[in-house]
Amino acid sequence: MTKVKSLADLRKMKEGLESKLNLREKGNNTESLVQIRVAMATCGIASGAKTVMEYFIDELEKRNIEAIVTQTGCMGYCYAEPTIEVTLPNQDPVVFGYVNEKKANEIIEKYIKNNELVDGIIPVNYESIQK
Amino acid sequence: MAKFKMHLLVCGGTGCHASLSKTVGDNLKEILVEKGLDHEIQVVMTGCFGFCEKGPIVKVMPDNTFYTEVKPGDAREIIEEHIIKGRKVTRLLYKDPENKEHVSDSKHMGFYKKQIRIALRNCGFIDPENIDEYIARDGYEALGKVLTEMDAQQTIDIIKKSGLRGRGGGGFPTGLKWEITSKSQADQKYVVCNADEGDPGAFMDRSILEGDPHSVIEAMAICGYSIGGTKGLVYIRAEYPLAITRLKIAIDQAREYGLLGKDILGSGFDFDIELRYGAGAFVCGEETALIHSMEGMRGEPTFKPPFPSVSGYLGKPTNVNNVETFASVPVIINKGAEWFSSIGTEKSKGTKVFALAGKINNVGLIEVPMGITLREIIYEIGGGIKDGKKFKAVQTGGPSGGCLTERHLDTPIDYDNLIAAGSMMGSGGMIVMDEDDCMVSVAKFYLDFTVEESCGKCTPCRIGNKRLYEILETITQGKGTMADLDKLKNLSQVIKDASLCGLGQTSPNPVLSTLDNFWDEYLEHINEKKCRSGQCKALMQYIIDAEQCVGCTACARNCPVNAITGERKLAHYINQDICIKCGACMEKCKFNAISIK
Amino acid sequence: MEMIKLTIDNKIVEVEKGTTVLKAARKVGIDIPTLCYFELGDMKIENKPGGCRVCVVEIEGRKNLAPACATEAFDGMVVDTHNIRVLNTRRTVVELMLSDHPFDCLICAKSGNCELQTMAQKFGIREIPYQGEKSTYRVDTSPSIIRDVDKCIMCRRCEMMCNDVQTVGALSAVNRGFTSVVAPAFEMNLEKSPCTYCGQCVSVCPTGALTEVDHTSNVIRALSDKTKTVIVQTAPAVRAALGEEFGMEAGTSVTGKMAAALRRLGFKYVFDTDFAADLTIMEEGTELLGRLGKHLAGDKTVKLPILTSCCPGWVNFFEHNFSDMLDVPSTAKSPQQMFGAIAKSYFADKIGVNRKDMVVVSIMPCLAKKYECQRDEFKVDGNPDVDFSLSTRELAQFIKQANIDFMNLPDEDFDHPMGESTGAAVIFANTGGVIEAACRTAYEIHTGKKLEKVEFNELRGMEGIRSATIDFNGLPLNIGIAHGLGNARKLLDDVRAGISKFHAIEIMACPGGCIGGGGQPLNFGDSSILKKRAASIYREDAGKPIRKSHENPDIIKLYDEFLGKPCGEKSHHLLHTHYFDKSNEVFIEE
Repeated sequence: MTKVKSLADLRKMKEGLESKLNLREKGNNTESLVQIRVAMATCGIASGAKTVMEYFIDELEKRNIEAIVTQTGCMGYCYAEPTIEVTLPNQDPVVFGYVNEKKANEIIEKYIKNNELVDGIIPVNYESIQK
Repeated sequence: MAKFKMHLLVCGGTGCHASLSKTVGDNLKEILVEKGLDHEIQVVMTGCFGFCEKGPIVKVMPDNTFYTEVKPGDAREIIEEHIIKGRKVTRLLYKDPENKEHVSDSKHMGFYKKQIRIALRNCGFIDPENIDEYIARDGYEALGKVLTEMDAQQTIDIIKKSGLRGRGGGGFPTGLKWEITSKSQADQKYVVCNADEGDPGAFMDRSILEGDPHSVIEAMAICGYSIGGTKGLVYIRAEYPLAITRLKIAIDQAREYGLLGKDILGSGFDFDIELRYGAGAFVCGEETALIHSMEGMRGEPTFKPPFPSVSGYLGKPTNVNNVETFASVPVIINKGAEWFSSIGTEKSKGTKVFALAGKINNVGLIEVPMGITLREIIYEIGGGIKDGKKFKAVQTGGPSGGCLTERHLDTPIDYDNLIAAGSMMGSGGMIVMDEDDCMVSVAKFYLDFTVEESCGKCTPCRIGNKRLYEILETITQGKGTMADLDKLKNLSQVIKDASLCGLGQTSPNPVLSTLDNFWDEYLEHINEKKCRSGQCKALMQYIIDAEQCVGCTACARNCPVNAITGERKLAHYINQDICIKCGACMEKCKFNAISIK
Repeated sequence: MEMIKLTIDNKIVEVEKGTTVLKAARKVGIDIPTLCYFELGDMKIENKPGGCRVCVVEIEGRKNLAPACATEAFDGMVVDTHNIRVLNTRRTVVELMLSDHPFDCLICAKSGNCELQTMAQKFGIREIPYQGEKSTYRVDTSPSIIRDVDKCIMCRRCEMMCNDVQTVGALSAVNRGFTSVVAPAFEMNLEKSPCTYCGQCVSVCPTGALTEVDHTSNVIRALSDKTKTVIVQTAPAVRAALGEEFGMEAGTSVTGKMAAALRRLGFKYVFDTDFAADLTIMEEGTELLGRLGKHLAGDKTVKLPILTSCCPGWVNFFEHNFSDMLDVPSTAKSPQQMFGAIAKSYFADKIGVNRKDMVVVSIMPCLAKKYECQRDEFKVDGNPDVDFSLSTRELAQFIKQANIDFMNLPDEDFDHPMGESTGAAVIFANTGGVIEAACRTAYEIHTGKKLEKVEFNELRGMEGIRSATIDFNGLPLNIGIAHGLGNARKLLDDVRAGISKFHAIEIMACPGGCIGGGGQPLNFGDSSILKKRAASIYREDAGKPIRKSHENPDIIKLYDEFLGKPCGEKSHHLLHTHYFDKSNEVFIEE
């Protein structure tokens, strides 16, 4: 991996990465994929986030849905772990709580495939300072 | 399969549920069926919106209409007016408390401004194991800016101006600390990140390290540049394996990119970070104890001065800051001191992360601006008290803090107000208690923790806290006397006055604040031998109702200590002096004659 | 020097910047009670963990109270040392300590000398309001030291002595909170730790948590056994300190009264370890000259510097820590053991007593001597050369127990032949004394000339590490001196690294040498006591008619009649020893 040699380098690099992340984030590209973030902090993992994440990776592949499943840190909804955030192309992200394999299956079948919301949505109740 | 055009989100959180949100949802569904719309419009029950005070909540998607205090009877109007005719039901809209105007789009609601994520900005958003995602979110921009465009003093000035204060508990101004360390002369200086999070129930530092480790690394490098140190150490408890793993990955990635190591970004500045593991002693969160522990010595505090800024790790000037403090630094550099100081109160700027726990519906991690009230935290963000019970107290600041009660609910939370109220910010633990909690037992619980975690160095903390605990134990067993209350007060004062470090100086706070706020509960335990919450087992009494008792002798036969006497076919009696409150009698009684008093 | 002014109890005090509140207060005669604080200023020994909190004072503008011992005074500081808040806090703190302390004052070994007892008395504590659980531990008995840490108040003085001063590292705080206590690692027994038995921990312990193993009853039993011939030897440092236990001014020499008291206690022969000290000089001095001669002749294998070996604490220390250098110290036994070996051979033959019927008791300023006399290599068929070693404190207690009016005893002489000694032997008690005595003899033997001035003032003093070059008639002899094991370690590290410039090094485990030994009367942090004892020793030397060991007539006779020549075959057998690798003797039990 190349070293970042200066601030200018860093900024250039950031632009590239940002658009990539934006792409992922905002999904304004019709070809973009379904994004799933699994909150994988100790608390999430303790309540089964790891199993859920593996389930998504396996099942989405089996069901031929192109999606990116990534891990992230604590979303703060500790009462509803495991929590995941699903972003469908061209849509706002939706957070689901208490996700076990059964719920994950429901999310894939109903929300991801049909854009049909399912019970267990956790309304986002904070503002992040960025963007 | 039908595609739904609209969604009606109905809050199914505990608070809303209690105010019949389930019925609201059922009614909506019924009416949709009635109107034949159930294939186009879907009703979904959600988790808590954190707005329980105004529940039940119904949110219409995709237009973000936010209805509050929706009653089951309002369902028809919502569907007939809003869904069918496209006219919003104005009377159910959220009313802005300031300008009294109805807000139709939830994105414009002040409610969402209750939580602002600065320290947690990337937590739950980026993949913590991927430095690219951090960089994409302005990561290392602040370090680059500092290294190429600013000198050390300018950096310190920004932090000073921002008003950032230590988030580990003490609240010491961060910029000032950096400045003192920068002015100490030495051939080597150290930047230490205190990740020895020890308050029961607090886990924000762990979450940051697990969710956004690069923010801490970046801030440590900025700090190193400001104070003139090239070595960073993270003192992290070994019980945080995931945080350790992610931090190690992050450090390796930063090194690969040249954001740690020699000549960072071509600036000539060198900085690198090593990890030191703590064994989980609470007192090692105290900076001198932490430093001794890192040096391989017994983790116990020493008298200050000298402060670590002058003589710390290996006798060199050492700047110790907490994880959350560091995590706030890069944003301050990027967005400016003015921006940061515009948030919060006069003397406490920015946001604070709290770990909400206890008898509250939405247990979790929240980040709120300084100056928010307890009421907002508990009833709006936290979703109120579990099972609709009555709020009794909230313990802030962990074992070092005190209990705040109903009369403090509207006090703006900042460092100084909390201290004035007899508690403290601490690292941000917030444990909510309801009417079922016995305040004497609560004080005892915290004392138990301090007794366990005292390092044993100074007399008042080593022996005094033990004695405090024993007196509380006596009271909860119903053996307390009024003289014990005097002892509690005197001992608490002496421990506060004479202990060596912050642990001892604050350990009597739970006792003092419960004595202050719940004096009558102490009196009840002592004079009436009664615990109103029923938590003190020794004060419980199993009583046989002579009217109900048929004299079957089942209770007497099953009593393991022969505390029950009585003739066959006559009412029985429990000798309270012998009874061990095991409850076996009540279980065996088929006539519901035994109850707890 | 920057001076600052502060106000203590309305008195204005001017002190140097950096002075603590405690010292500033003492400067104007304001007494602030202390407990964990301990200082031997001249020795650079200081313990101020700020842990006991007895010395707290109120400082204007400060929220809580501050420990006077650890708080630096600043200009304009206003201190109140005795308002109600302060007094109540101090009292409560002592009450708390007492609430976790056994109430066996009446039978405690430290009774009368206990600083906690004194404090409780001072505060007039007549009840303990805070009763509760007490922390209890098992009693740990080693050959020299008893640890009864139920009585430990966590002042950490012993820990400071063991780690900072002695660098032995046997004792440190273990456990947390209420159960925290000072103990060897893993709460093992002291015997399984690297403890050297120097006894410095005992000499600073404010309570009865650390005391010596008391052998008085064994001695009483021997004295009452008609079949035994019980003889006693007294070390040089004892005479300079014993009087303190009877209320005499520190530094009063009580040699004659001590001999009289021992005789009244029933010892058949009252001898002097000084005799054996002279013998040690003969052997060690000869060994030094031997090694030096080989070295000058170009022998590269010869070990220099030679290290003195009369201090048993020091011997234990290098057996644990410098086991790779066991051939460096002199092989000469310590005076205590030389005495025992000669007493149970030469003297026993002389008076026709079987060694099994002879009991040799030593009076020592030292606790390590208790261990030393039990070492296997100092026994013949299981019978030790020295049977029991009593400390100065034990002897004083023994004299009191026997109702002897010590103050009014006449001065008496030691018995012959093993009571005869020179000034060179007396100064063994002081740091630098052994090497000075060795120089007196070695110089005359090496040069064949008579010393014009027997005092080597360049070897005297209280600095922890000292060095001097003595002109042996054109041969510059580099001498190093260390007292306190931490200082010894520094010199030894140089020797190990091969960069030591010395030909001979004297090492004493205890600060000040034997006068500051672990068995001496307690000094309670008054270092002038050590200086007075040292001065008394030098006075005793100056008053002696013979001041060089090789001129001791009974030593000359001993060689003539029995030993032959120094470092000869018989000496080698009786007066020399060897050392053991104890680096692995620190056990960690599963």
